[in-house]
Amino acid sequence: MFAELGHFSLILALVISLALATLPHVGARRGDARLMALAPAAAWVAFALIGLAFACLVASYLRSDFSVANVYENSHSAKPLIYKITGTWGNHEGSMLLWVLILTLFGALVSIFGANLPATLRANVLAVQGWVGTAFFLFILITSNPFTRLNPAPIEGQDLNPILQDIGLAVHPPLLYLGYVGFSVCFSFAVAALIDGRIDAAWARWVRPWTLAAWLFLTGGIAMGSYWAYYELGWGGFWFWDPVENASFMPWLAGTALLHSAIVMEKRAALKIWTLLLAILTFSLSLLGTFLVRSGVLTSVHAFATDPGRGIFILCILVFFIGGSLALFAFRASRLTAGGLFHPVSREGALVLNNLFLTTATATVFVGTLYPLMVEAVGGDKISVGEPFFNLTFGPLMIPLLCMVPFGPLLAWKRGDIIAVSQRLMAAFGGALAVVLVVYLFKDGASVLAALGCGLAAWLILGALTDLWLKSGFGNLPPSQALRRLVGLPKSMFGTAAAHLGLGLTLLGIVGTISFQQERIVEIKPGETVEIAGYTLLFEGLRPFKGPNFDEEQGTFRIRSSGGSEIGSVVSAKRFYPARRMPTTEAGIRTMGFSQLYVSLGDQTETGGIVARIWWKPLVTLIWLGGLVMMAGGAISLFDRRLRVGAPARRKSALRPQSDPAS
Amino acid sequence: MRHVAIALATWLALLTPAWAVLPDEVLADPALETRARNLSHELRCMVCQNQSIDDSNADLARDLRVLVRERLQAGDSDRQVIDYVVARYGEFVLLKPRFSARNALLWGTPILLLLIGGAFIFVRARQGTSNEPRLSDDEQAAMERLLTKMDK
Repeated sequence: MFAELGHFSLILALVISLALATLPHVGARRGDARLMALAPAAAWVAFALIGLAFACLVASYLRSDFSVANVYENSHSAKPLIYKITGTWGNHEGSMLLWVLILTLFGALVSIFGANLPATLRANVLAVQGWVGTAFFLFILITSNPFTRLNPAPIEGQDLNPILQDIGLAVHPPLLYLGYVGFSVCFSFAVAALIDGRIDAAWARWVRPWTLAAWLFLTGGIAMGSYWAYYELGWGGFWFWDPVENASFMPWLAGTALLHSAIVMEKRAALKIWTLLLAILTFSLSLLGTFLVRSGVLTSVHAFATDPGRGIFILCILVFFIGGSLALFAFRASRLTAGGLFHPVSREGALVLNNLFLTTATATVFVGTLYPLMVEAVGGDKISVGEPFFNLTFGPLMIPLLCMVPFGPLLAWKRGDIIAVSQRLMAAFGGALAVVLVVYLFKDGASVLAALGCGLAAWLILGALTDLWLKSGFGNLPPSQALRRLVGLPKSMFGTAAAHLGLGLTLLGIVGTISFQQERIVEIKPGETVEIAGYTLLFEGLRPFKGPNFDEEQGTFRIRSSGGSEIGSVVSAKRFYPARRMPTTEAGIRTMGFSQLYVSLGDQTETGGIVARIWWKPLVTLIWLGGLVMMAGGAISLFDRRLRVGAPARRKSALRPQSDPAS
Repeated sequence: MRHVAIALATWLALLTPAWAVLPDEVLADPALETRARNLSHELRCMVCQNQSIDDSNADLARDLRVLVRERLQAGDSDRQVIDYVVARYGEFVLLKPRFSARNALLWGTPILLLLIGGAFIFVRARQGTSNEPRLSDDEQAAMERLLTKMDK
């Protein structure tokens, strides 16, 4: 019953979406208010229908209804409840349904928050969302229907891939998709502006919060995915430059550029055309990411969807949306008026440089990811592009960008004074220099590069703090007054500072882990010890353990500090899932401060020992904590009074687009 | 990232669980072992996706790791080891493609884009400032007072 209901509402959603994709456009063209008013209603209905379809799929999983092929292939009656729910999107069909659920959610949100948008703009935006929806509903119904029945129904399911039976699956894909699909709103706004042939102030004000929201979710999704891979895969890496990771990293880089150019556009009405192009490119990269992952074109063992039919369908979607929007851009962009002028040394100038480096970095990742495919396609032999390539190209591109970060927020709009800003950053620079010296002189085995890396991280962190310090007037004003000003600063300033500070923390984590990590590969027997980073680990032996749907061999290590006092233990395990006959390693991780001790078990040896890999990962948690701080920065910015819906300041500025009372 | 996980799970299922860099592979000479590890990071495990032989637990990766160590012990330079492996397995084995005509676009893109973009911005910036009507010193000072006030 549930499967049919879900299937039916999916078909209905397609029909509604077709109406949404066409009628409001006609209405906007003819100035027919009734046709335009259809858009928000249709967006809501589409959301409700997909919500129902999604709920039906979840219900089928909860009931372990193995007559539904998707449930049979990815679930098991003995699977814990949480994984029955998250397993809904732990497969190709279900994850596509999650994708469109989020797409329609954003459509519905645009209709709520867009109540005071110009009517034609809102109609066009929602209609473009309707186009995207239509394409993906068709894709799901034709090539990836999650509601297909099996007859006769199997008695037991094949279980979810054990590696996905983790809390990470509950968090990572939804966050990632909120980011990916969130950029569809920016895309729809851009295409709507091109259809309209003008970009007004309302447009600029609208794109930034949506970009910010999408960006903060994508940041969270990537950070969460990175931590998940780190603890689940058992070899302690946090980023692999894998094509599928790159697929999510490209929209993030482009989205970060968009976020910054949207600021210039909102505040200074400059860079309009470029911002528009970036909005199109960012969502195009999200689509490309979906294509790369879903089509199996990367000929990878990302065995998620290696069905050529699907690949060709997604390729058509890709060509239609990317080609279509870029063609529209080519025809219409000349009609848009270029914006305000600015001196090269100014906040705008800094943001333009930011965009130059971020776009180049995006292109580097793009070329690196697709080059092997291109070489193969033109008949060359197979080549590989991996981590060493990206370290050598992406790394050097980031260094000048990161060096410039603290300057940006301190430069004045329109015309800045680089010398005055440098003077104000002297303290931060001195602090960073001190960090370089301390690391180089006092940390054993520190290379010059590692010390400079730590210094750069300190430069970012201190630069962000300097920005807040100066803007609230500490040093010039009495502290109590400065404190009041600090509290009263616009939230977007806190947001900027937090995001840049988070970036510094992430960098510190990366540099710390890469430069100072220690590793021991040993064969160890019960009662033996191994030393790492001043800690002594005593192996107590293996002990069997039975989980709800797996069997485990747990190895316990007692940890002693260099002083000899015991500070606890860490348990690392090897798991076996009988339903899929699949082993996994469950790394034992103990967090100490910001650093972690990471223990991973290998095979048992004939002599009664076991192979163990033990790492000391200094400051490693900062990599992801920095991501959280960046997210927090995005969230704080989002709650800025000027961006909040219905705030009086916003209304006023919508009427008088040129004056910006708060900047 | 989830897909990385799936990838791993897939070949974990296909292969008997073994281990990346096992204790019995490690060379006695720490300097040689460090070189072996560094080289291993640049060589691809041929049967895995985008994994270096250092990270992989496939049997073929183990064979390659042992081969690299044998060549190093035989006195090869890093360069010679890489050439030896490429001669046997093709350029596919390199995670960092060589600087060659075919790979020009790959290596050139970052530099080229940075130069073109930079030049474009530079030209635009010059045009922008030269077209700007000049203000008198008084006007300039007044404007800057206003602007700094607005920025705060």
